[in-house]
Amino acid sequence: MRATTLTGSRIRERRTILGIKQADLARRAGVSPSYLNLIEHNRRKIAGKLLNDIADALDVEPAILSQGAEAALVAGLREAAGVQESDAELDRIEEFAGRFPGWAKLISETSARIAEYETTVQALSDRLTHDPHLAASLHEMLTMVTAIRSTASILAEPGDISPEWQARFHRNINEDSARLAETSQALVAYLDTLDDASSQATSPQDEADGVLAEHAFHFPSIEAGEEGPDEIGERLGNTLSASARTIFETVLARYAEDAAQLPLEDLEAGVAEFGIDPVALSHHFREAPDRILRRLATLPAKGTRPSMGLAVCDRSGAMIFRKPLDAFPLPRHGAACTLLPLYAALHRPGVMVSELLEQPGQTAPEFVSYAFAAQTGPAPLNRVPLYQSHMLIVPVTAERPPLPLARIGVSCRICPRGGCPGRREPSLLAEERGL
Amino acid sequence: MSKRVLLIEDEPNIIEAVRFILHRDGWHVDTHSDGTSALDRIHAAVPDVLILDVMLPGKSGFDILRELRAAPQSADLPVLMLTARGQNKDRETAERAGASLYMAKPFSNTDMLEAVRSLAGP
Repeated sequence: MRATTLTGSRIRERRTILGIKQADLARRAGVSPSYLNLIEHNRRKIAGKLLNDIADALDVEPAILSQGAEAALVAGLREAAGVQESDAELDRIEEFAGRFPGWAKLISETSARIAEYETTVQALSDRLTHDPHLAASLHEMLTMVTAIRSTASILAEPGDISPEWQARFHRNINEDSARLAETSQALVAYLDTLDDASSQATSPQDEADGVLAEHAFHFPSIEAGEEGPDEIGERLGNTLSASARTIFETVLARYAEDAAQLPLEDLEAGVAEFGIDPVALSHHFREAPDRILRRLATLPAKGTRPSMGLAVCDRSGAMIFRKPLDAFPLPRHGAACTLLPLYAALHRPGVMVSELLEQPGQTAPEFVSYAFAAQTGPAPLNRVPLYQSHMLIVPVTAERPPLPLARIGVSCRICPRGGCPGRREPSLLAEERGL
Repeated sequence: MSKRVLLIEDEPNIIEAVRFILHRDGWHVDTHSDGTSALDRIHAAVPDVLILDVMLPGKSGFDILRELRAAPQSADLPVLMLTARGQNKDRETAERAGASLYMAKPFSNTDMLEAVRSLAGP
């Protein structure tokens, strides 16, 4: 490998190839032609700004001038040899790169491409392993295929099978193939929308959220006692996948239970008297604070009363219900901002956590939040119970209440806040802005 | 007297197909579909061969198998594990948990029969 003392030779060679006169290059680099001549004859060493200026004028990376193209090739070959054990003659790398630069480049680039593919495969494998929707869908498909295969093999075998068994097996194949078709269609739809950031629904949760959003999370017929959750689920959920419909009907069932315990008329009267004050309303109605938060979120905007958002997460922190606001988005995939009171409440179950929320880019908080974590289900013996945390998001319309302030984001990846104690990963926006 | 197989699987149509082919081959087939109570069911009447699915409601087949191997009355019970994933790590997990044989879904009926026969011995 040529030493850096040959930098001048490389400069002259590159200049000659490009047809640039020595005087012109000297002017562009800000040195005298005579000094450049000394450099090109390797009688003056250069580095730093001057090297960069000359490289810039010659439209080449500085390292190519100072170390030679062979250095980059040798580095690539070392990396290729280091990826896996081999009998490659490591002590002759430089000789190989010098004598066969084309082959060296091919080996180096191929090794880099393989490393890239391995990273992609690993990422896809991780997705298959850790994407619960994908894993569940694949398991369902394999189960159906297993049942169909076994049953079809029986029917295809020579020999007598009673008409009764034939009929049963044909029915089973029909049922399983219908389930398989539905699951595979849902999976294809899910995979098709994996790269589409504007996708309307990429999971059963998203499908269910979509139907709820279409009805503004408010169901007058349930409020009036005219329809039950099953009837609405049948009427509005017949286009949903089976999983989405289950989620949808679970939400409706809770909605109906809440509405039965705290009728809309009573809630409206309570809000008129106490305002959007979940603690006061909870005391007044003697209802659990989480029910109050859910009921408040179902209220449509009316007069000066704004529409309110709601986020619900389980004990793992996974969001199981999202009613975002236009100005307060909630992430559809991945984790939300760890500074949200939603998560603080999980660590203080039974305590109403209320904070003002200031989003990135705002100069003052524009939302008030009320978060409360409540136990779900019976209390198991000697085990920590399950909790769900609810966070109501209320736009500030009048004077801001004297509450602690939380400067939050949506998710770390797209949050520009610098110096955030809760940051989990670098931000795309922060990198662009050099933060 | 027919040898007895206990199939622990929660998918009804798989149960029906496997029960049919084994019964036709001369086996007495019992079934159970809940993971939580599977261990009690196994110990209530230990079969000659156990076919155990991994994905069960309430408790995984791997956990059931580990507890089986820890109990003297079922430590040597021949067990064929069924899984919907054929990855190496599932095979290794099955072997570590004490499975006698491992079979990935979807399986062929022929392979299933051969596996059960081989586990039952002469």
